[in-house]
Amino acid sequence: MSQSTTFWVLIAAMAVTTALIKAAGPVVLGGRPLPARLNAVIVLMPAPLLAALVATSALADGPRLGVDAATVGVAVAAVLLWRRAPLVVCVLVAAALTALLRAAGVP
Amino acid sequence: MHDSYRRGLRLGAPFSVVSFLLSASFGVVAVEAGLSPLQAVVMSAVVHAGSAQFAAVAIIGGGGGIVPSVAAASMANARFLAMGIALAPSLPGRAHHRGLQGQANVDPSWVLANNGDGTFDRRLLFGATTPQYAGWVLGTLTGALAGDLLGGTERFGLDAIFPTFFLALLLGELRRPASRPLAVVGAVVALALVPFTPAGVPVLAAAATALVGLAGLPPDPTTEEGETA
Repeated sequence: MSQSTTFWVLIAAMAVTTALIKAAGPVVLGGRPLPARLNAVIVLMPAPLLAALVATSALADGPRLGVDAATVGVAVAAVLLWRRAPLVVCVLVAAALTALLRAAGVP
Repeated sequence: MHDSYRRGLRLGAPFSVVSFLLSASFGVVAVEAGLSPLQAVVMSAVVHAGSAQFAAVAIIGGGGGIVPSVAAASMANARFLAMGIALAPSLPGRAHHRGLQGQANVDPSWVLANNGDGTFDRRLLFGATTPQYAGWVLGTLTGALAGDLLGGTERFGLDAIFPTFFLALLLGELRRPASRPLAVVGAVVALALVPFTPAGVPVLAAAATALVGLAGLPPDPTTEEGETA
């Protein structure tokens, strides 16, 4: 299989699996209310999910943990976000600060 | 046009700018991994799941096969199973119609559409996803074509965008006091698993651990307050 064909197969497989994963909950469980207990848990689900995404994307590079220029950029953006600065501004500050630190030799 | 859909468009607009920047860095990385610009754009158009796309391209670009690449993408996407279960009661219609509506599920929209009482505003979800999808595909096109001019994405600090994006969503959740200890547990568990598990597993395990702990506690009255992000 040529490399190009390999990539097309990958794209098709990812499209199918992603669609199935996103459809699974609504197809199997949709159309009726969930038990109250499960509902109470779902209300609080975003916090650990998002915290895990933030922590791993800011502090992990593949299987290694560590602090780099991007960690500093994200930390400064965190302060701006907390003070309710607009998201687009925070994102641009995070990227610009990270780029400056890298230009100054920080990994 | 329905009011909720319009409101979703407005709330989703800033996230579409972030989607554009993130997917531009994806476009650069994908072309570096050997995909053609067309393949990078098609992947974004038919998959539309950032962490899964980055994970798959990193593996296939590193010489891995299709099976491990798709497996990593699926693990990165596994959170959508849990998010889809939460969304399910708020999507009406027959099974295939509900499954179709579930395709609009992306992280920012899911958070924005959450009414805070266990229900979701599906029209707001569709509205918020629309500009993000456009930003995602256009950004990929830009990155894939301009990658040669830009060089590495790290030089421009683009790798700081993804965490900042999720942090913005997280801070909205932390205004609810009951969410705070769960966020700490989630972050700690995920970081503890990073060195030992494939991409995507730490995030899913972190959410699961925090929620299993929560299920053992009496219902928290603060969850009744209701809050929209």
